Amino acid sequence: MLIRLHDSREEIERLQQQLLDAVERAGFSKSSRFAIRLALEEAIINAFTHGHAELPNEPVLVEYRVDQQRVEIAIEDKGPGFDPGDVPDPTLDENLDKPSGRGLMLIRAYMSRVSFNPTGNRLEMAYERPISG
Amino acid sequence: MPTGESRLRISNSGSVTQVEFIDRNILDEANIQQIGEEIGGIIDAHNEPKLLISFSNVDHLSSAALGALITINNRIKDKGGELRLANIDPQIYEVFAITKLNKLFEIHETTEEAIESF
Repeated sequence: MLIRLHDSREEIERLQQQLLDAVERAGFSKSSRFAIRLALEEAIINAFTHGHAELPNEPVLVEYRVDQQRVEIAIEDKGPGFDPGDVPDPTLDENLDKPSGRGLMLIRAYMSRVSFNPTGNRLEMAYERPISG
Repeated sequence: MPTGESRLRISNSGSVTQVEFIDRNILDEANIQQIGEEIGGIIDAHNEPKLLISFSNVDHLSSAALGALITINNRIKDKGGELRLANIDPQIYEVFAITKLNKLFEIHETTEEAIESF
């Protein structure tokens, strides 16, 4: 499934619901759906907020594939990209009271695999079904 | 989109202001901004504000919601006040634990425990 997603809450929620319905039909548990929803939300918001900071009307591309074993999601923006290694660790004591900078770490924490293309404007992430379901 | 209606249920218990979210999902930037502004109004209205935020209705939150809570905490501390969080579902608590914000915030299991802790 390939979707051109605009920065509209209605469109974002429609896409999230569509993907989560597919995830539920594939038999993933409530806690898996929680993880996928959180990672998807953070990835979309990062793409619009950072990737498209200078491109407010441009859609981002979202691709997803759901089967019984895994959920694969890719989000690509048209921005200049970034180096994920430059993102400060938000869990360090000196960063704990900073209000932003936690999206990427939550994506990494909840998804099984996360990678970026060399430019840093395409995020690919996958969630593998846990042994327990 | 913000509707102009409050996104919070607000009540008072002695000197403590208790806030509960109406939304089950605290994800939308516009709603989060509105929540931040509403709670900001409560903070501004009190010297040394004592605020308890209950998550009893909340199923999902995003890093933007965590950011708003941090800003609220910083504002309360600037005024010499105290913030407590309570009734956090285990899945949501995990988000606080992963981000280590369980070290920044004082979190209680129930609102009663939280009120007693002030």
